[in-house]
Amino acid sequence: MNTHRPILSVDGVSKRFSGPYSLLRRLKGEPPLAVHALSNVTLDVERGETLGIVGESGCGKSTLARCMVRLHEADDGAVRFDGTDISNLHGSARRAFNRRVQMIFQDPYGSLNPRMTVQQIIGEALSVHKMRPKADIPARIAELLDLVRLPADAAARYPHEFSGGQRQRIGIARALAVEPEVIVADELVSALDVSVQAQVVNLLLQLQEKLHLTVVFVAHDLRLVRHISHRVVVMYLGQIMEISPADALFSAPRHPYSKALLEAAPELDPGQKNRNVALRGELPSPLNVPPGCPFAGRCPHVFDRCTVERPLLSPRGPGQLAACHLTDFGAAEAAATLPAQPGH
Amino acid sequence: MTASTAQTTMSDGTKGLVVRGLTTTFDTTRGLAIAAADVDFDVAPGEVVGLVGESGSGKSVTLRSIMRLIREPGKVSGRVEWGGRDLVAMPAEELRKVRGGEIAMIFQEPMTALNPVLPIGVQIEENLKAHTGLTGSQRRARALELMNIVGIPAAERRLDEYPHQFSGGMRQRAMIAIALACSPKLLLADEPTTALDVTIQDQILKLLLDLRDRLAMSVVLVTHDLGVVAATCDRMAVMYAGRIVETGTVAEVFARPHHPYTRGLLGSVPRSGHSRTMLQSIDGTPPSLTALPQGCAFHPRCSFATEICRTDRPPLDLIGAGRRVACHHHEEVAAAEPIL
Repeated sequence: MNTHRPILSVDGVSKRFSGPYSLLRRLKGEPPLAVHALSNVTLDVERGETLGIVGESGCGKSTLARCMVRLHEADDGAVRFDGTDISNLHGSARRAFNRRVQMIFQDPYGSLNPRMTVQQIIGEALSVHKMRPKADIPARIAELLDLVRLPADAAARYPHEFSGGQRQRIGIARALAVEPEVIVADELVSALDVSVQAQVVNLLLQLQEKLHLTVVFVAHDLRLVRHISHRVVVMYLGQIMEISPADALFSAPRHPYSKALLEAAPELDPGQKNRNVALRGELPSPLNVPPGCPFAGRCPHVFDRCTVERPLLSPRGPGQLAACHLTDFGAAEAAATLPAQPGH
Repeated sequence: MTASTAQTTMSDGTKGLVVRGLTTTFDTTRGLAIAAADVDFDVAPGEVVGLVGESGSGKSVTLRSIMRLIREPGKVSGRVEWGGRDLVAMPAEELRKVRGGEIAMIFQEPMTALNPVLPIGVQIEENLKAHTGLTGSQRRARALELMNIVGIPAAERRLDEYPHQFSGGMRQRAMIAIALACSPKLLLADEPTTALDVTIQDQILKLLLDLRDRLAMSVVLVTHDLGVVAATCDRMAVMYAGRIVETGTVAEVFARPHHPYTRGLLGSVPRSGHSRTMLQSIDGTPPSLTALPQGCAFHPRCSFATEICRTDRPPLDLIGAGRRVACHHHEEVAAAEPIL
């Protein structure tokens, strides 16, 4: 689009997972059921930014994260890293990509091998990618443990000896060991207690500054995403509803779903008690995505066009895109917040 | 409603829940784990009280101890007064009438709390069968009514469906319907929305508040999410390492926390207008319940701690009407600059 090149770009990516293929469907000659986890998702990740991806369960945010690091192959479309399609990478080029784009997983209990010490876990990453000569590895491990603020004696211990927050730090140290440019963090802190969450979020913010990392932060917690992201992608049922700078999204969402999601998230202000339900109904089954706007069934502003024609992402404010037929939805609020400082 | 903590006697016959000195211990291989220690709190009629804390703080154990749902090797002592009777000392026969009748409970995981091989309708009727003298057809009609109250669409058809055919939000609604079957006076809710998406959580919380108004029942809501507390509760009790460290109305506690742990919890949650700044996290991790530190259990993580905190455990002192805090330095904490 512009003269500069985004570090990671997702271009029209779709991903389907096949569901059960019942005998009845076979006999009727119908195609097998498929979960449309992602349909035609397009977005760019700029160098050095934190891109937040939010949505409810089943919206495809984790699938998108996995497609970005090629843990899933996209069915259609392409993910490009530094301009090259990652599905064409082989051999050493693929290994180099794996080094430069690292993923950190949600479950700090499941993503570390219980039979390896911390030293072996981090050392493995270092030796596979030949980051350091063998003799320098112990020193590098100590350096990494210090970076994520774990005690130096942690190296000889096993994952089960650590608390959830410390385990997540080990995961971060392992990802950082190979000096990546992009970190894709899938629900990094959602398994942790609030006070420990804050520690890990602080660590991530500090590391990003220090190491000039690009972070893709996938989470369901809006407060958290607002806190750490420069830009936010709101997803619903495998599609992008809105892409927006974080401040603009939270002050003036331009999509009815973003607005409902914000209203549903409880604020830390007992004075703002609100007894109206933000959004009625439930997520439709991803096996059976409606033909028009995926959100049409729950949208309070739905009109006849929404059920037949899928809205495409189109520009709203500066850097703000939304997929809604109501192009001036939220425009009044956006105009109101522009000249005045958001005072509350 | 707010002065209920100060007014501890039940002699005037007001209905409500009074918990005094509730202690729950588990004899484990690593030693005696004190999961809840000396828990005191009250719930006035029609009031929503939030029990807040992180994992292992004893909030769920407290809730289960009220209903005596603690199994061996767990031991419960103390008093739980309900309608002039003590639930802890009550014979099992009598307790069965209270459970599911006057006091109902809902759980975090509806899928494990519901019976997977019985239709939802049968599970609602089970409760009515146990506690009322309704006939079969009356029970069916009441079940249908309950499904409508909790907002399950196509109730007639869904009564004959099984839990796996319900979505997460609908399962939680079904569980609330079962809990409401006998019009309880007190609902104990153990993290009822933790497993749900934010828009569904919002629906369930609003439903609980509507039901509270409609049925004039009290609610004890256990949660780890301060946002949920702010949105739904009247009063709150913050728990740490098995003890209540601070109580008060939600507005007071949020505006001016007197305990450093409450202060830290509030600071750990990101707020609007402060993007990409460091959060006021609490250092360290909660202690193991089998090896609690001497003195105040929070002192190793506390920035206000002094010598006295390492030796003497602070009592839960009354500092205002219905406002209690267990901290040697609570005045200093309250006077410290606001978290925002």
